[in-house]
Amino acid sequence: MTDHFSTPAHNNFSPQRLKGIVRKESLQILRDPSSIAIAFVLPVVLLLLFGYGVSLDAKHVPIGFVVETPDTNTQSFISMFKHSDYFKPQQFLTTHKARLALKERKIFAIVRLRNDFSDQMLSSGDSPIELLVNGVDANQARITEGYILSIWQLWMGKMAQVQGKPLQIPVMIEQRVWFNSALKSRNYLVPGLIAVIMTLIGAMLTAMVVAREWERGTMEAILVTPVHLTEFLLGKLIPYFILGMGGMLLSVAMAYWQFDVPFRGSFAVLFFSSTLFMLTCLGLGLFISTITRSQFVAGEVSILVSFLPAFILSGFIFDINSMPPVIQWLTYLVPAKYFVAIIQSTFLAGNVWPIILTNCAYLILMSVIFFVLIMKKSHKSLE
Amino acid sequence: MNTRSEAIIHLENISLSFTLPATSVQALDNISLKVKAGQITGLIGPDGAGKTTLMRLLSGLLKPDSGQAKVLGLDVLENPQLIQSMIGYMPQRFGLYEDLTVQENMDLYADLHNIPVDQRAGRYEKLLSMSQMAPFTARLAGKLSGGMKQKLGLACALVSPPRLLILDEPTVGVDPVSRRELWQIINQMLQEEHISVLMSTAYLDEAERCDDVILMHKGQILQQASPQVFSQTMQNRTFLAHSTALSKRHLQARLSKEAGVLDALIDNDDIHLVMQQTITKGLPEFKDIENLHIRPTRPHFEDAFIALLKTNPDPENAITETEAQKGYQTSNNLNQKQSSLKNDTSDYVIKVDKVVRRFGDFYAVKGISFEVKRGEIFGLLGANGAGKSTLFRMLCGLLPASDGKVEVAGHNLRTASASARARIGYMAQRFSLYSNLTIKQNLMFFSKAYGLRGKQQKERIQWALDEFELADYYNTNSNDLPLGYKQRLAFAAALMHQPDILFLDEPTSGVDPLARREFWHRTNELAESGVTVLVTTHFMDEANYCDRLIIMAAGTELATGSPEDLRHRFKSAQNPEPSMEDTFIALVETKAENRKNIND
Repeated sequence: MTDHFSTPAHNNFSPQRLKGIVRKESLQILRDPSSIAIAFVLPVVLLLLFGYGVSLDAKHVPIGFVVETPDTNTQSFISMFKHSDYFKPQQFLTTHKARLALKERKIFAIVRLRNDFSDQMLSSGDSPIELLVNGVDANQARITEGYILSIWQLWMGKMAQVQGKPLQIPVMIEQRVWFNSALKSRNYLVPGLIAVIMTLIGAMLTAMVVAREWERGTMEAILVTPVHLTEFLLGKLIPYFILGMGGMLLSVAMAYWQFDVPFRGSFAVLFFSSTLFMLTCLGLGLFISTITRSQFVAGEVSILVSFLPAFILSGFIFDINSMPPVIQWLTYLVPAKYFVAIIQSTFLAGNVWPIILTNCAYLILMSVIFFVLIMKKSHKSLE
Repeated sequence: MNTRSEAIIHLENISLSFTLPATSVQALDNISLKVKAGQITGLIGPDGAGKTTLMRLLSGLLKPDSGQAKVLGLDVLENPQLIQSMIGYMPQRFGLYEDLTVQENMDLYADLHNIPVDQRAGRYEKLLSMSQMAPFTARLAGKLSGGMKQKLGLACALVSPPRLLILDEPTVGVDPVSRRELWQIINQMLQEEHISVLMSTAYLDEAERCDDVILMHKGQILQQASPQVFSQTMQNRTFLAHSTALSKRHLQARLSKEAGVLDALIDNDDIHLVMQQTITKGLPEFKDIENLHIRPTRPHFEDAFIALLKTNPDPENAITETEAQKGYQTSNNLNQKQSSLKNDTSDYVIKVDKVVRRFGDFYAVKGISFEVKRGEIFGLLGANGAGKSTLFRMLCGLLPASDGKVEVAGHNLRTASASARARIGYMAQRFSLYSNLTIKQNLMFFSKAYGLRGKQQKERIQWALDEFELADYYNTNSNDLPLGYKQRLAFAAALMHQPDILFLDEPTSGVDPLARREFWHRTNELAESGVTVLVTTHFMDEANYCDRLIIMAAGTELATGSPEDLRHRFKSAQNPEPSMEDTFIALVETKAENRKNIND
């Protein structure tokens, strides 16, 4: 009789139990349209939205020109703007009319060329202009201002050359933009977005599926089987890891082929660092799931602690260096920050080892912390 | 490892408490017990008695605060995993993955129990044939009926042959036919594989089928004995009464007020009486009831249950005798405005004519017709998924009918005016209360929602607090109330505006026998005062409280009539007094046969 009940090696790690959970979890993913949507449809939507819809560049900015005494010099100055992709110049007869247009937001900036524009130009080689920019959108205003000034300098340099005079301004800025020479915001938004997408899949989806087991009462039944905690956790991690990496590959492919974002680093580095980041996200997700038992709360918490920080505090859109110091310290807690740094540099700059290594080290540290916390917090009981 | 001859479960001085935000609950209070191997042990008791907690403790899901617990000779604190590899556990919600198929669910549990793949086929075959699930292996568990889910849950718990099977209320909400099949499976496993079974149940007739019964109450064990021993204590205390002059309900109300009567209950055609003390000589006498015929009867297990709990008065959950009697005394003012009804000309208050409800290509209700008279208690009976709730929602106007006609007091409630709706009281399934409002706030809200104001509102709230004895919990959030109290509060809320017609959807689901009894006493009072009551239930024995009823299965009518009529249809030599449950099973079987004959 006893032989019949003699139990196999129940106390050791069992590949069969792990396999069972992995298979169960995979089947559930395949049958649940919402996980597929989060892993594959959402990245595509987000990428299209950010790739095409959101642009932080100044392009075809409407600006108004008020030329008090038109002559060949002003003509050639304005034509510089006409030939630039960045501006759409428009002429106004009086300053008053131009100001009205600015107030009505028909134009974004006013460039006034005073009647001594040509005289100054001829006598000193330096012809000042008056620039009025709508400062409501500070970012756009700064960019516009910068572009206008650089065109102005370019034009003056050209004029000096034509007249064979040395340029009189003390410093000549000779601009060269590195890494993203076309200054396309898409080139750094799209790689950063990949970090956000992976956070969504890794943290939010994982947190919700564990909470779902609590809600549906299946957790109770699972916990009473001889399954090991590590088997259970690994069984959850593996399918979602694959799902998350799938989402990552899809996003990278879209960035490269759809949005023509240059890829200058090595794919191996990208893959390895993605693995680390994915593990950190999964760790965060599982950790959330150990402290909440309802899908609703799990969803809210993961949006609050993973998705939003990845969006706002990762340096994906907003530059961390220009944040107040307190917020800057806070960003050290955001795993996405490290991955955004890695992925932006792999895409745009190549393998910059100091960046890659330090950030990978942070990711390793964070994932270790999360997994230690998970193992400490979760136990095979209902309390 | 062979502990067959000894106790398979051994608890010594086990205590366990939970800390809630407001209070701390002593779920298990210094419990010691032994459960013998090789038999079925039943665990019964009112809600909140600690049954589920005890089972979770035995399966290693909860840790005791103090005491020692041994399962299969192993300490639950030291060897939970080893114990878990030798037990099968089915939680209340079966623990199935609804998005996996029957086969995939079984595979998962086989994997989790480390059963080698080559040893599975035979086991699967046995379990599938036992549960008659073989044709459905590719079906998603979520698409199974309640009874099939329950059988699958049991099969999953049995995939790895367990030495101890722990089942937490495995039969709740399941139809009688599936319930019978479940018992067949358990008995077969008991004989063929010599397992031991510990199961909790809310059905006391199931406790009677166990070898040993543990009655728990407020975290303590009131008694552990065989069901026969329980019943023996009730020897010479139970009688059947019957009067030609009074209706059953009236007689029941009268008898329960008599001195010396512990409990009076409608039992098929008679009133089942439980006396407070043993009657050593002759029969109990009740002088002022005319034409009363009394004869002794065999005690039911339930009588012992009620007697034990009533003599252990529990201020929180159970109705004590005085409370029950007070209920009858105040019954006259339960609903004073019934005279308004008399002006109503039509005899039938509710008319349902060939009603159909489709969801996509699924027919939840197919062509049901019935009529309900004023002052009648009309029951809708059937297992979960029979279409009761859908029909109910159409009656309340919450769901439009796909076809057919539904009329309540001459109106279709879907389009009726607020004044017509004000005549209706509705108590939803699971007592839809605002869980984070107190009793007082809930009553305030519902009375206001029904348009009560000022002095009238105050009076009705006071009435509800007195009548339903809610005053003690006045400021408690309804979420923290014992289930019996939630039910009372929901009932009170539905009665705030003194409706003429009451819709009660599964009012007794999940509520223990004591609270169920109390509920039916109140409902009877309402019906006596002229209120029309439409009630759904999956407890077959509750059918006897109805004047007439319809039994539904798979959206169609199995039978309509008075409980007596229906039962008498299946009188036979072997079963001269069929119960409502026998009747239901017979009805289902006749229908299946008819269908087979047609197909042949």
